[in-house]
Amino acid sequence: MSPLKDRDAAAFLAMAALLAVAPFVAYPVFLMKALCFALFACAFNLLIGYVGLLSFGHAMFLGGSAYAAAHAAKVWGLPPELSLLFGTACSAALGLVVGALAIRRQGIYFAMITLGLAQMVYFVFLRSDFTGGENGIQAVPRGKLFGFIDLDGTMTMYFVVLAIFLAGFALIYRTIHSPFGEVLKAIREHEPRAISLGYDVDKYKLLAFVLSAALAGLAGSTKAIVFQLASLTDAHWTMSGDVVLITLLGGLGRVYGPVVGAFVIVALENYLSQFGAWITVIQGAIFVLCVLTFRQGIVGEIASLVDRARARPPPT
Amino acid sequence: MSIPPQALFGQLLIGLINGSFYALLSLGLAIIFGLLNVINFAHGALYTMGAFVAWFLLQYAGLGYWPALIIAPVVVGAFGVALERTMLKRLAKLDPLYGLLLTFGVALVIQGLFRIQFGSSGQPYEIPDALKGATNVGFMVLPNYRAWVIASSIAVCSVTWYVIERTKLGSYLRAATENPTLVRAFGINVPRLVTLTYGAGVGLAALAGVLAAPIYRVSPLMGADQIIVVFAVVVIGGMGSIFGSIFSGFALGLIEGLTKVFYPEASDTILFVLMAIVLVFKPAGLFGRAA
Repeated sequence: MSPLKDRDAAAFLAMAALLAVAPFVAYPVFLMKALCFALFACAFNLLIGYVGLLSFGHAMFLGGSAYAAAHAAKVWGLPPELSLLFGTACSAALGLVVGALAIRRQGIYFAMITLGLAQMVYFVFLRSDFTGGENGIQAVPRGKLFGFIDLDGTMTMYFVVLAIFLAGFALIYRTIHSPFGEVLKAIREHEPRAISLGYDVDKYKLLAFVLSAALAGLAGSTKAIVFQLASLTDAHWTMSGDVVLITLLGGLGRVYGPVVGAFVIVALENYLSQFGAWITVIQGAIFVLCVLTFRQGIVGEIASLVDRARARPPPT
Repeated sequence: MSIPPQALFGQLLIGLINGSFYALLSLGLAIIFGLLNVINFAHGALYTMGAFVAWFLLQYAGLGYWPALIIAPVVVGAFGVALERTMLKRLAKLDPLYGLLLTFGVALVIQGLFRIQFGSSGQPYEIPDALKGATNVGFMVLPNYRAWVIASSIAVCSVTWYVIERTKLGSYLRAATENPTLVRAFGINVPRLVTLTYGAGVGLAALAGVLAAPIYRVSPLMGADQIIVVFAVVVIGGMGSIFGSIFSGFALGLIEGLTKVFYPEASDTILFVLMAIVLVFKPAGLFGRAA
């Protein structure tokens, strides 16, 4: 193993260990919420951070998969593992359609198109019967995972969520560091060059988009099972804005960025929940601050501090 | 299927009204995008701000609709100038996505502050006396204020088109869009042109806000959903041409109105569906140039 891989493996194990101890110190429900958002933001970061595509409509995958999983679990009575799978698959299918349309334009057009399509999906959910309109799908049963793990216990649920998050995170890490991921980065850096090297960039972009949609869907399905609720909030454009904020604050294109961002933002929303619209103002202010002063995000700034300290010659 | 003509014309009128706002807003977005290469996400919030300035003027200064029609765009335009000078300017050399993120943040701040102050319900704003009532034009009864909104939107769009396409100032603007460095070499102050363009663009949004105030209630969220639809309009029309953005604004408003008559279930989504169709057949937009 190369030293770089050793360092990454150590970082991953440290994160896993920290999260395994966390529920004995912090409130597990809060942690589960943060983990769902962390996975959601990691999926989003795969696009913006490694392909350079800013999706402003990722709420449609979070919200859509939540409805699908909740419907499967409640109406069809499917066990949780199949409900999660169904939610993820629906999200991937939606991602295929949306992605095929959106990758026809680049840059800010891509952002506007995904935003528009997400708004369309939102209105479809608002009008459809199966989503329960303004009420959403409530009292979704958590059920028994694989027939024998009862998810009604908070701690059991927490460790299942943790396992899902770590699996999703590992998949994203693996993708980024695969030959496929290298091509994605080549497209981000210089698309015409990637084309001239013979890569079918549209195919790569679409595959990345579907993967991102599927993982966002896994996050949404998990969220629906954990909180036993699928509602319009998850599909609204403010949610698309939230995931951009989480990733920007944590660090665009940093593997751990979205995880850190998710914990900070979910904590912020928890503490500020009684202040209503002030949350919006503070979120907006964080956006402005991040864009103007620290575009690398928390993880990026820390990483460059560490690099600078390393680069400094030792005192003689 | 039989549709009473009264209902048909009524919806077409609503479509034209919406189209008037789409045209004013997408025109502003297109001008700003041309010169700054920034999609102004704060456009909806500044449209809201225009409506609120009009409301404040009436409430606290006793100034009615007509002065507000001038003052609100100037106030919001000045706010835009400050925004461009202090923030957007610093992003000029970066990926345009950062401009989008910054203006999104600004939109959240403005929207949130209005919501803290006024809640989500909104404030009524009276139609000015001179435009109250309605005129019978034979095939339908046309409310005067609505006719005024459509007429003034067409007038403002035409004047803007004329200034950009037919005057000296407009030629500087178009030249700076093509090649700012070269235009600077000719001794034209491009940074100032950029600032003023942003101010003028958001001024148009504020004007739309004042026009909208008596029709919709003045509410903190009035611009938030509107701006997403306007983005779809912009994608459909393409931002390459000034005329294109005006035309697609009105046309899409009409199509939306017709959808309300013939298939009301789809009226929320029709413009996004059209956007998807246009992306399949003409990705650059109806009037756009391929990148």
